[in-house]
Amino acid sequence: MSSDHAHPNPHAVDHHDEHGGGHGSMREYIVGFLLSVVLTAIPFWLVMTGAIPDKQTTALVIMAFAIVQIVVHMIYFLHMNTKSENGWTVMALIFTIVIVVIALSGSLWVMYHLNHNMMPMSHDMSQVP
Amino acid sequence: MTATTINPVSGHHVSGGPSHDLSQAQLQAAFYDLDEHDHPEGGSTMLGFWMYLMSDCLIFAMLFAAYGVLGGSFAAGPGPKDLFELPLVALNTAMLLFSSITYGFAMLAMEKGGKGATQMWLLVTAVFGAAFLCIELYEFTTLIHEGATPMRSGFLTAFFSLVGTHGLHVTFGLIWLFTLVVQVGKKGLIPANKRRLMCLSLFWHFLDVIWIGVFTFVYLMGML
Repeated sequence: MSSDHAHPNPHAVDHHDEHGGGHGSMREYIVGFLLSVVLTAIPFWLVMTGAIPDKQTTALVIMAFAIVQIVVHMIYFLHMNTKSENGWTVMALIFTIVIVVIALSGSLWVMYHLNHNMMPMSHDMSQVP
Repeated sequence: MTATTINPVSGHHVSGGPSHDLSQAQLQAAFYDLDEHDHPEGGSTMLGFWMYLMSDCLIFAMLFAAYGVLGGSFAAGPGPKDLFELPLVALNTAMLLFSSITYGFAMLAMEKGGKGATQMWLLVTAVFGAAFLCIELYEFTTLIHEGATPMRSGFLTAFFSLVGTHGLHVTFGLIWLFTLVVQVGKKGLIPANKRRLMCLSLFWHFLDVIWIGVFTFVYLMGML
């Protein structure tokens, strides 16, 4: 992080002096794109053809694919690394993940019995005015 | 300490004179660094924008949580299997993924200093982004014509909030993108414009990451 911006040729300024992260290369973007295509196509194929008969297994498999694809995007498109901005981007990310996990799992856990004490309704609600 | 003294507050060298009057207590208090450092302009923008994205992440987490809780409350109305068309969602996903890689090409062109190439790739990205929005709006209008309005059930309220918020983000991303095309055209690839393009790059790829969650949890799991 040099504060000297009076460089004679602005195009020659090392891009690392403006921020910590890199831009990635053509190879990086292509690899990320191909991985994303594969990681998107497989879950769609699994659900559209019903390749795995068991629904719960399919759900777990496509969730795993989603998590892997999010990591791929983080690395190849968002260029996340532990060194950018002295590690503060990763710290912020970890903090966010903790909050998101608490909020999501907490909401689902607490609200799981949301409809338990409701009156049993077997009739069709669409006939109610 | 006769000729030059270091001023404990500003850190600047001062010669003789008043600094001799500083008491011992003042000199000890000088451990607090009150000096204004030399920050390069925009030096903290990228970290600040990342913080914004993380808080945006929390907004989507809340909407996902609402969908997770209300996603099964159909009020005897239509469910995901009656409404969603996976081929359309797959097409939508492809549009967003293509726009991600073309934005990457715009960033590579920017790095090489190609002004025209940067603008061209930005516009290609805009075409894919607009295609995504059109497909999504087509889907929404179809749903509403079928009577599956946001007011129909808790499931549909949560669905329209989550997917609609994502679509709104893409809309604002597109407005931002067109603004940058004009700005790059007027002022060229100056450091400020490069910084703006970097921020939009993070924003655009971030929206793609959110979409992974949407198509997995809302569309694919809904069709199981």
